Amino acid sequence: MHIDPEKAKALPFRPIEAAVERGRLRFFAKAIGQDDPIYSDVDAARQAGHPDLPVPPTFFFSLELEAPDAFSFLADLNINLGRILHGEQSFTYHSLAYAGETLILKPRISDVYTKKGGALEFLVKHTEITRPNGEPVADAEFSLAISHSEVTA
Amino acid sequence: MTTTTDIAVGTQLPPLRIEPISRATLALFAGASGDHMPIHIDSDAAKKFGYDDVFAHGMLSMAYLGRLLTNWVPQDKIKTYRARFTAVTPLHAEPTCTGRVTAVDDGLATVELTVTIADGTVTLRGDATIDIT
Repeated sequence: MHIDPEKAKALPFRPIEAAVERGRLRFFAKAIGQDDPIYSDVDAARQAGHPDLPVPPTFFFSLELEAPDAFSFLADLNINLGRILHGEQSFTYHSLAYAGETLILKPRISDVYTKKGGALEFLVKHTEITRPNGEPVADAEFSLAISHSEVTA
Repeated sequence: MTTTTDIAVGTQLPPLRIEPISRATLALFAGASGDHMPIHIDSDAAKKFGYDDVFAHGMLSMAYLGRLLTNWVPQDKIKTYRARFTAVTPLHAEPTCTGRVTAVDDGLATVELTVTIADGTVTLRGDATIDIT
């Protein structure tokens, strides 16, 4: 079953208010083997001219997962978890964000398309990330690849 | 760290070699990244979905490549960063992150990025644009 693009694009998402915590950033730095101290040591970050630990380039993806129902759109669209892979991810950066800030994330499904005669389907989720006053921080685009093995191209 | 004025077409970023990916790496990354999808941390779930075993999150490779970029230039110079996940990264894989400047135009350098594992499989292809003004 392919996704109904109109239904997908109309799917409502609640904006996510995410507090950026130092502890989470330190844990993330440890998990990815980050040895640059500005990402885990506040003094090192300040010496490098930052007000606090910077949010590293891909962590915005994790902030979106702070929502308790972050993947509920998959169930809403009847997407089988066994058939999906993360296809693409992109970020556009407007300004650095730091531990201690609260960021607002607004996701929406922006595109649905197929390749290989329908055997591969892509669902694109665009997320706008801003400060509470609306100042842009980043835009993220998550593209999910869904295999439809029942379709032979 | 590189001075952005030194960046020209053909500039190679110092490669970043990553330790073999263990189950512990994946468990830590699941917790730290908030991506708790069972196919990355639970062998039983991975097998149920038709995989031989758990495999790495695409975002783990993208985070490693992010380290390659921020080792090279200050993070506020990175304007865009994209990745296409071209193959699954299996358990025990040893990723190497590489990058090369392919264009410099109007104060922005384009860097083409890859993550390759020891058997030669490219698991991620991407690019970033860097402000070099």
